[in-house]
Amino acid sequence: MQLTLEFGGGLELLCDSVKIHDVNVIPNLEADKLTMKDLLVWVRTNVIKERPEMFMKDDSVRPGVLVLVNDCDWELSGQLDTPLEEKDVVVFISTLHGG
Amino acid sequence: MEGNHEKARVRLCYLCNQRRAALKRPKTLEQICRECFYEVFEEEIHQVIVKNQLFKPGERIAIGASGGKDSTVLAYVLSELNRRHNYGLDLFLLSVDEGITGYRDDSLETVKRNELQYGLPLKIVSYKDLYGWTMDEIVKTIGLKNNCTFCGVFRRQALDRGAALLKVDKLVTGHNADDIAETVLLNILRGDIARLSRCTSITTGEDGPIPRCKPFKYTYEKEIVIYPYEYFVAGIYSPNAYRGFAREFIKDLERMRPRAILDIIKSGEDFRISTSTKMPEQGICERCGYISSQKWCKACVLLEGLNKADSWCQLKVRRNEPGITVIALY
Repeated sequence: MQLTLEFGGGLELLCDSVKIHDVNVIPNLEADKLTMKDLLVWVRTNVIKERPEMFMKDDSVRPGVLVLVNDCDWELSGQLDTPLEEKDVVVFISTLHGG
Repeated sequence: MEGNHEKARVRLCYLCNQRRAALKRPKTLEQICRECFYEVFEEEIHQVIVKNQLFKPGERIAIGASGGKDSTVLAYVLSELNRRHNYGLDLFLLSVDEGITGYRDDSLETVKRNELQYGLPLKIVSYKDLYGWTMDEIVKTIGLKNNCTFCGVFRRQALDRGAALLKVDKLVTGHNADDIAETVLLNILRGDIARLSRCTSITTGEDGPIPRCKPFKYTYEKEIVIYPYEYFVAGIYSPNAYRGFAREFIKDLERMRPRAILDIIKSGEDFRISTSTKMPEQGICERCGYISSQKWCKACVLLEGLNKADSWCQLKVRRNEPGITVIALY
């Protein structure tokens, strides 16, 4: 599944300072779908290069990290249960930085 | 792309009931669209300004501009509201250059861009001009340990001194609701009653030469981060110092119950100190004239140490002497 991931607010520093990543994620064969929960695990393994604890806490993003799926707050689409589709754009912005 | 919006299209904006909701407001839990969000975000700040009588027509106002998200959004919103509601304010951007190689380059670039974008005159004051030392020079002398203390103490005064140079009536800063809730918690943990009673005031220093106010006092950080998402270039998120445990605790609370941030601010506001408690008296620094509860203000104490070049070791010993404050981070 082709997805565009965007990191901001300092999170890009955890992935070689690259803000935009075009990625291809293979959905779980058994479930045949991809949710944000799966994507977070995939991102932690494949995209985050250092200090994963700045990105995730338990099985979700660290509190203070804002997630937008297709420009929409993931709190509206079910957070971890948000289903992902081909060509979705997922944005992660940390708010835990100076003002 | 069109088909991808299918799953989100189900929910319509709580306010206009026409467009698809794009975010959940932490303050109210309302699900609203971007267009309505911009409207209520700006309108709420206008209401805070009006209700608290933050400004008077004809005033000169300096916006403390760090190049970060809060002050960038504040500069934009204030210049918009000033135009829209005829506040009659003369707005200025005021930035501090600490003199840290590489650190401010991006943020000063952002501030210079804001100067052009919003047509606001910009003044940059440097530590070198104000104190005779850049942060790089200070670090060379004292090392990396404790340098944040110097930077923090110097920054606070730098804004006041810059504001005096600009001859403004007031200084506004981008402190948001999360910042204030964090400060309330920290002041409780530190037992700093004097600061606890001050830190929730929307305007402070009214008896001093340049009062400060915080128009974002009730504005959630989440909304400030979302607000510029399409309006500005992404460069404004300068990734500096990650904050400490109190901040993380605030974010944990917010996830469980978003209202918690406003509730903490309310607790801070409602905190009453018994009239028999002896509070530190605010006087004036004998050396530079800046407000100080001690004989010398913190900046002068620190500068004295630096200039004597036996700085921190000496200072550490002197901290326990009467009349010299334990240096706090804020």
